[in-house]
Amino acid sequence: MKGPYIRPIPFDWFMQTAAYRRFMVRELTSVFIAGYLIFLLVFLHRAGQDDKAFGALLECLRSPVSLVLHLLVLGAALFHSITWFNLTPQAMPVRIGEERLPDALVAVLGGYLPWIVVSVVIFWGVLG
Amino acid sequence: MADQTITLEVFRYRPETDNEPTFQKYDVPYRADWVVLDALNWIKDNVDGTLSFRWSCRMGVCGSCGMMVNGVPRLTCSAFLREFFPEPVRVEPLANFPVERDLIVGLDSFMEKLKKAKPWLIRKEEKPLSEGEYLQTPAELARYKQFSMCINCTLCYAACPVVGHEPHFLGPAAIALAQRYNLDSRDQGRDERQEIVAGHEAVWDCTFVGECSQVCPKHVDPAGAIQQAKIASTIDWYTRFLLPKGQTR
Repeated sequence: MKGPYIRPIPFDWFMQTAAYRRFMVRELTSVFIAGYLIFLLVFLHRAGQDDKAFGALLECLRSPVSLVLHLLVLGAALFHSITWFNLTPQAMPVRIGEERLPDALVAVLGGYLPWIVVSVVIFWGVLG
Repeated sequence: MADQTITLEVFRYRPETDNEPTFQKYDVPYRADWVVLDALNWIKDNVDGTLSFRWSCRMGVCGSCGMMVNGVPRLTCSAFLREFFPEPVRVEPLANFPVERDLIVGLDSFMEKLKKAKPWLIRKEEKPLSEGEYLQTPAELARYKQFSMCINCTLCYAACPVVGHEPHFLGPAAIALAQRYNLDSRDQGRDERQEIVAGHEAVWDCTFVGECSQVCPKHVDPAGAIQQAKIASTIDWYTRFLLPKGQTR
């Protein structure tokens, strides 16, 4: 008599459900964000060099490939931020006495509102 | 209506004869008020008495009839046939557990993990009965009540890909129950549980897929419990790092 049967886990287990696929996309977006942080470090390094090197980088940033990559990273960053802001109330529920504040309110007060405020301040600082 | 049928594709594994599991199709009378468990019981009573599965209360309380229904961990006593009719329903044993026979999984590893989480009240010193019960305010009860609703159905283990890939992962229900007692104002056992709960085979193995909370029939939100335990452990670490002589909470 054989013992208990152990079912193998398929290589593409993350394709089995929409929830697993969304999870994998959320995890992968962090690669884009890490990559963009490395780019920002390079950008700051170049900015400290002579005008010619910085000018060449700015020229490179105006190319269509750069524009597409930036849009891709923006999309990934938005997906990453929104999915994590939506999960925040689960990790940090806010209680007042016996009542728990609605999750949507915690996500807005703890995530979306500060995000909008910081974004507006940065836009104002850069474009103002 | 009385003549309509629905097909169940049922996972079969008989260790005395089968090397591999197979799927067997059964045509079952369709009733709008029948659940998958009713259909399985109909098969057992009328077609094949050897079909093996666990069940007990039929009312979503005992947590013993959990199975994969069309790939989703469900209590079969609350999965109505009308959700799937006229399409066939595929019934499999809970994922991420070894299959003992047909739809029955081995729960030994879960029982060991549950014990490790010490899901009971721990007191450093018990007060004598003459001093009465440990009192608790409604606000103190509200802090842990959601996590106390767990019925150990293990649907969360079947939904969690980390459980499948990391057999030593303590898992959603056990961590949620540890957190339930850590948040209980009458309990003093947090330090004892932390050795297990704050380890790399517990909260830090969790990647917050979140499916454990989606499938939980009692809305326990184990994913939330695990993230809250991560935050509490991180605060502990910083407290020790910044205040070496300080104590954990």
